[in-house]
Amino acid sequence: MTETPLSMEEIAPAAPPRSQWADVWDQFKSHRGAMVGAYIFVFIVLMVVVGPWVYWNDPKIVPTGRDFLTLRDTRPIYTVLWEPGAKVNWLYPLGTDNLGRDMLGRLLTGGRVSLAVGMAAMILSVVLGTVIGVLAGYFKALDGILMRLTDLFLALPLLPLLLVAVLLFRDRLSGAFGPEGGTFILIVTLVGVTSWMQTARIVRGDVLALKEREFVLAARSIGTRPLTMITRHLLPNVMSPIMVSATLGIATAIITESALSFLGFGFPPDFPTWGKLLFDAVDRMELYPERVLWPGMMISLTVLSVNYVGDGLRDALDPRIRGR
Amino acid sequence: MLTYTIRRLILSVPTLLFISLVIYLLLELAPGDPMAQVPLTVPPDVKEKMREALGVGQPWYIAFPKWLYQFFVVEPMYFADAIFGTNWSEGQQRVISWQTRSPVMDIVIQRIPQTLWVVGVAYIVAILIALPIGIYSAYRQYSWFDNAGTFVTMVGFSVPPFFSGVLVIVVFSVWLGWFPSIYDTTHKVIDWASFKVQLQQMIMPVMVLALQITSQLSRFMRASMLDNLNQDYVRTARAKGLSEKTVVLIHVLRNSLIPVVTVIALGIPAIFGGAIITEQVFKVNGIGQLLITAIQANDLPMVQTLTFIFAVLIVLFNLIADILYGILDPRIRYD
Repeated sequence: MTETPLSMEEIAPAAPPRSQWADVWDQFKSHRGAMVGAYIFVFIVLMVVVGPWVYWNDPKIVPTGRDFLTLRDTRPIYTVLWEPGAKVNWLYPLGTDNLGRDMLGRLLTGGRVSLAVGMAAMILSVVLGTVIGVLAGYFKALDGILMRLTDLFLALPLLPLLLVAVLLFRDRLSGAFGPEGGTFILIVTLVGVTSWMQTARIVRGDVLALKEREFVLAARSIGTRPLTMITRHLLPNVMSPIMVSATLGIATAIITESALSFLGFGFPPDFPTWGKLLFDAVDRMELYPERVLWPGMMISLTVLSVNYVGDGLRDALDPRIRGR
Repeated sequence: MLTYTIRRLILSVPTLLFISLVIYLLLELAPGDPMAQVPLTVPPDVKEKMREALGVGQPWYIAFPKWLYQFFVVEPMYFADAIFGTNWSEGQQRVISWQTRSPVMDIVIQRIPQTLWVVGVAYIVAILIALPIGIYSAYRQYSWFDNAGTFVTMVGFSVPPFFSGVLVIVVFSVWLGWFPSIYDTTHKVIDWASFKVQLQQMIMPVMVLALQITSQLSRFMRASMLDNLNQDYVRTARAKGLSEKTVVLIHVLRNSLIPVVTVIALGIPAIFGGAIITEQVFKVNGIGQLLITAIQANDLPMVQTLTFIFAVLIVLFNLIADILYGILDPRIRYD
């Protein structure tokens, strides 16, 4: 029995080589929840970014005189469906608040702030977590002290301390950067500084494992410096857990910011964020439930979609699950 | 195990001291004066004396050890006096709240039952719901029950308590009028009718808290069950001819519960933090609400004591979780 020699076509791979990210994308696409989540998140981001330019009402305008009486406390236009006599105005699709400011406009600008806070805080926390994790994992001398620091931060009661810190620094930063900029910087810093610990732990663990691998030894044997070693060889290999915790970090940051606003420790009163809108509407929710529902829905929907994306990303980046 | 526990207990002392110092120094920066509410007719020198009496204006290296002494020595002495009728603590200065000018610990002890009732019941309810959901979801992975359960837990995970709380108030107390929207802490349970009222006012806060805890726990339970269901010992157990019930509920469940139990222990202090928001929504005057009002009123001794109690709870339950893990899983050895 003789074996027929394989021809060139049979040896050659059937398909052109695929990059790792193409595989990840394929796996991600097959996770239905993650795809829906991604669409919804992109839609919310677009709506919030583009919306205020396209939308016709300025959320900051407080009508005066006769306008104030006709425009205040209008209901969303869909209220007509079950309450024919309701006070609605077709130019104000979601109605107005008790000062006559347009709700949809406030929702859109509020979303800008909430998402900006979420993204900025997430970036800060991921950068902090990655730096601390890599340093602790790569340099043995730093490991002990950095991990004690991480444990210490994990043992702090964070929400009470956040509340105290907001109260402490709000006035000083408001003086330096203006009431809005100051609060923005304060909240982003606080949320970032109090949420890096998980990322640091995961990154440290991965770096510790990678350090023992042959390619690191090979790189070291040709005299790679620590900085190059970290940026060229270690960081690309810990990208996937970092990406997952970055996605989930947006969700945590948005919730924390809204919680602070809800407890009255957030942005100044005339500066809407979703949490702030919700907080302002609670007192009159019996008469105007929609003012509570819309901001709350927006927060929940954003966080839900981000969590689904994070879930899908985790599956897609895990090579053991891929292809199943 | 015992040496490990003792070592961890000793190690937690410097941690807690450091945390309390951090909290203290942070609060030291706080603007505000406890005399701000005193009428203007009180002469300045009297105000100065009142400030002195409250211990304001002392440098931190005097005031902080003083607080430590009051918290760790004087307060337990008072506690012992109250229980055993001794009088060790006579003439000792306790930690005094700037807001009410009464001892901080007295107020905390007044507030604890409300928090424990709501949070404790919610935690138990959540565990009772989460475990069966997690187990069945994992056993029938990708079934409609699993998909629905995953979606619901994801929603519960994502909807923040300040929205779900407000939502249930709008639905159940505004539209349907079934439950009161405010938790009445002065309500006393004396007979069947008052017990029913208590139950009615507890349902909504418990529901909101339990939804959150359930979603975290059942996701964890499901993942832990899935890890174990594909193990070799499960196949062996099935091959031996054990019934499916024995395999899942005894072999797999007992192994899967190990990490879940530690997560339950770790979650207890976090629940007090989460309860701050829920208490605020339903106006339960528990510990979380006390903290918020103390922060707003610049009542530094109160804030210091409460945050420190939270820190103690976190460190304590971390320790408990680690020890439980060691006891439940003989493969884990701390040496």
